[in-house]
Amino acid sequence: MAEFRLPKNSRISKGKHYAAPKDAKRVKTFRVYRWEPEAGQNPRVDSYEIDLDRTGPMVLDAMIKIKNELDPTLTFRRSCREGVCGSCAFNIDGKNTLACTMRTEDIDGDVRIYPLPHMPVVKDLVTDLTHFYAQLESIEPWIKTDTAKPSRERLQTPEDRAKLDGYYECILCACCSTACPSYWWNPERYLGPAVLLQAYRWIVDSRDEATGERLDELEDPFKLYRCHTIMNCANTCPKGLNPARAIAETKKLLVERRG
Amino acid sequence: MRNQSNRPLSPHLQIYRWTPTMLSSISHRASGIVNAIGAVFLAVWLIGAANGPEAFAAVNGIAASWFGQLVMFLWSFALFYHLCNGIRHLVWDVGVGLDPETARLTALSAYGVAAALTIFVWIWAFIA
Repeated sequence: MAEFRLPKNSRISKGKHYAAPKDAKRVKTFRVYRWEPEAGQNPRVDSYEIDLDRTGPMVLDAMIKIKNELDPTLTFRRSCREGVCGSCAFNIDGKNTLACTMRTEDIDGDVRIYPLPHMPVVKDLVTDLTHFYAQLESIEPWIKTDTAKPSRERLQTPEDRAKLDGYYECILCACCSTACPSYWWNPERYLGPAVLLQAYRWIVDSRDEATGERLDELEDPFKLYRCHTIMNCANTCPKGLNPARAIAETKKLLVERRG
Repeated sequence: MRNQSNRPLSPHLQIYRWTPTMLSSISHRASGIVNAIGAVFLAVWLIGAANGPEAFAAVNGIAASWFGQLVMFLWSFALFYHLCNGIRHLVWDVGVGLDPETARLTALSAYGVAAALTIFVWIWAFIA
């Protein structure tokens, strides 16, 4: 059953404020979700005033500046800083995206940064993705074959290869799944957009020989059919992919094979 | 979700920015519930009609009052909205209209078309 309110231990209180240097001309306030596991307190939102003339253009640049210069205790994942690794996925300005590809100047007013929604928080902006990865593993995201191993690579026509476009580019940042209200209310049983996009990516791969079994696995009222086409996944994907389409195509394949 | 130790749950509805497609999804559900309740009122009205002139006069009196008409007006909007958005879902089921921009436009259109149909039907009802 959907629980709309946050549990008592998760409600947010007011946090600390870090003022900008006096000579700063272009000041932007970053409001960042904080939770310290050992403090025994509720989460809070700290605000940091940043001089945009003394920081890089992306939200991640400002976050690194905060960590380096204002508050070294701020904790978040980041790695490639160019939208490839999917580590710095947060809820920024009310929408899930990568901090490294989100320009600070594209945000009106204060920059609000929260962890990916409806997830257990490990510390500050770091969420526990264990269950998400377990769900990914459950769809067996690797090529499965029965036929004898060929002496060279398994070939694919350019047309068959093109069927993977829009799906193989997924970086598994979890922006889409944690943007999906259906996933919020049924994370245990609904696979969520990211994992279903991955499932479809293997279903349409011409080299894979387990298409039938993959579809059997998905034919379930919860795993697949909790998608209600809310479209938050496609609206939020920082790579411009469309998990909703992958889910719709999977549903079509399930209908088609019934004949 | 199962939660280790005392980890808080990160905020979700509280912080997520609403989009037209999000609103249309919850509206579809809400209008479906309104339709179900409306169907009960329709059944009561028919039961009244089946139980003779006095019973019908009593039920119809409530339906024809300003409050009854307001309820019916909202019910008719819910009916038309559910119809329009239902067509959206049918089109999606053949794999069309799933790109974010089209989905946004059709989400907004469903409200507009439903409102237009509702107003049209009520004008028609009052003239006829």
